[in-house]
Amino acid sequence: MHLDHPHTHDSPSAVSADARRPDGTRRALRIGLGGPVGSGKTATVAALCRALRDELSLAVVTNDIYTREDAEFLLREAVLPPERITAVETGACPHTAIRDDISANLEAVEDLEDAVGPLDLVLVESGGDNLTATFSKGLVDAQIFVIDVAGGDDIPRKGGPGVTTADLLVVNKTDLAPYVGSDLARMAADAKAQRAELPVVLQSLRSEDGVTAVARWVRERLAAWTA
Amino acid sequence: MTRAALLVLADGRFPAGGHAHSGGAEAAVRAGRITGTPELEDFCRGRLHTAGLVAAGLAAAAAAGMDPLELDAAADARTPSYALRGAARRLGRQLMRAARAAWPSGELDALARAFPKGAHQPVVLGLAARAAGLGPEDAAYCSAYESVSGPATATVRLLSLDPFDATGVLARLAPETDLVVRRAVEAARRAVDEGVDALPAASGPLSEIGAEGHAGWAVRLFAS
Amino acid sequence: MTTAATGGVRATTRISATADGRGGTALPVLEGEGPLAPRRTRAVSGDEARVMLVGAMSGPLGGDHFTVAAAAGAGARLHVGSAAATIALPGQTKGGARYDVRLEVAAGGELRWLPEQLISAAGSELYVSSHIGLAPGARLVFREEQVLGRAGEEPGRLTSRLTVRLGGRPLLDQEVACGPGTPGGWDGPAVLGGHRALGQLLVVRPEYEKDVPEARLFGECAALTPLAGPAVLVTAVAGDALRLRRVLDEALAALG
Repeated sequence: MHLDHPHTHDSPSAVSADARRPDGTRRALRIGLGGPVGSGKTATVAALCRALRDELSLAVVTNDIYTREDAEFLLREAVLPPERITAVETGACPHTAIRDDISANLEAVEDLEDAVGPLDLVLVESGGDNLTATFSKGLVDAQIFVIDVAGGDDIPRKGGPGVTTADLLVVNKTDLAPYVGSDLARMAADAKAQRAELPVVLQSLRSEDGVTAVARWVRERLAAWTA
Repeated sequence: MTRAALLVLADGRFPAGGHAHSGGAEAAVRAGRITGTPELEDFCRGRLHTAGLVAAGLAAAAAAGMDPLELDAAADARTPSYALRGAARRLGRQLMRAARAAWPSGELDALARAFPKGAHQPVVLGLAARAAGLGPEDAAYCSAYESVSGPATATVRLLSLDPFDATGVLARLAPETDLVVRRAVEAARRAVDEGVDALPAASGPLSEIGAEGHAGWAVRLFAS
Repeated sequence: MTTAATGGVRATTRISATADGRGGTALPVLEGEGPLAPRRTRAVSGDEARVMLVGAMSGPLGGDHFTVAAAAGAGARLHVGSAAATIALPGQTKGGARYDVRLEVAAGGELRWLPEQLISAAGSELYVSSHIGLAPGARLVFREEQVLGRAGEEPGRLTSRLTVRLGGRPLLDQEVACGPGTPGGWDGPAVLGGHRALGQLLVVRPEYEKDVPEARLFGECAALTPLAGPAVLVTAVAGDALRLRRVLDEALAALG
């Protein structure tokens, strides 16, 4: 008589970001991708899926601002089977959903694990926001901040939590630098100055190397996670 | 018991997912039924006496120790909208996570086991209040206030309404919120003896209809 | 029918339908006089019994208490309609009127409850309580329509509670309260938004246990939604009774 929700008697899900599933096994590594609107987060996620899907069991959670467009782009591009892509609605506050109140994202991750798991890797893409948006440690184990050369070559110099503290900074669309008058060497130097030892990748998804360097970094994080 | 726990539970920043929901305000704004502060106030007043009263009754009954499974079935019967039942369960699941972290309790664990995808939010709220050492009246206050603070906050974002005006609406509704809480708590006390039929069942037809329409939109800011 | 101490009228109408053993439906109980007299009328289909409630006097007035109880047994098919709209009017005595509807359907039985509108006239005060008890395997079509005020008139005070249980479990519990004296906001954007007619259509069918229709809209002011059980509810508001009936009929036809 209860058509909405079958009663089941599984163990209750974990309360927060416990590294283990309720059954004791190590859960998937969760990597967040944040950054301003249009910097190429979704394109980077798509490229990572293509690069990693044959070697890893992976899934994606998108946090769209007011549409399901990012999830739909990934579905259209068929980078993963549809059941491995979930969209979270954020009530016009994308930074809240990845930082201050991560409950909807945690549920999305758990539901993916239940539906298609066990998973090795979950990519959580934030809605395009501003330079201050960062992921809660309760939601992700590592975060990538994606900016692009067209957004202005002074962004690394300006810093901000994303640029300064993300585990990996990606400067995207390097192929456009000559056209928008951005100085790549200066961006790299400013980023280095802001981030000390934290890595920076300059990438163009249109070049032959594409997402290779970011994929390598993800593989290293995963090796450390499962070690 | 500590009364301050009520502030933790009622805090708009309590990480339980509420920020992504408009309590029907987005549908009402799109339909042109909320265009400014006076309509927002009327919307919130109607919601307080319907969905707010029902939620407060369920929360008070759960806080009073009624069987949460029976209350969850009563909540289903009082939520004919498929979209709103889904939203209530998602919010219940999110609240459950936050509540178990804040006030670990065997009763919360048992309810989470019975409804891994979420029990109705007011039932979880009542049980969370109980776990925090709060009583039926406290739980009813949380639920009744949430029923109007959610739409008010959402309307600030949807219409770029002056936030001081929205806060004024909530302040003007405070005496009626007291009334709704009293009704909810009285009903919950009766329900303990007479069963769940004694709980309020007030409904807002336009809210029910609007919720089904909203769930089908391709572009929206809020989940409900 | 008796006149209560308060001056109001107490009246009870009872209808009981059972399978007649020859593929039809018998009405062993069909009683009630005065305001709501039940009359058997010619059925559209052979296995159905059709009853019309005929209002022999106006009402309910303040102080009146009407009860209609109908039951459909296993294998029985009962259709109940009314000859005209019911109008709640103010009475001579103080206090509101009360209208109780008590419906029971057994497994394998079917009840189609399709009365005309209830009109809440200015100055009236009415509390309607509908209790429906269904056994698993029962079939039901239940319609209720409320019109707030006669043409161009302010409404009276109307509260209507609908409680439905299926196999003892709550299936639907809804109360609408509108008119002067009811809690605030009833005519606002969360509740009625200025509409003067509202209605519900509840359809319970055992086959919905496996495959229930999906939620859908009928225009801007009516929605069909699957309940947490083998049932759907259509909720509608409209500017007037005619438009309300049109959308409820459309929804019922869409369900097949």
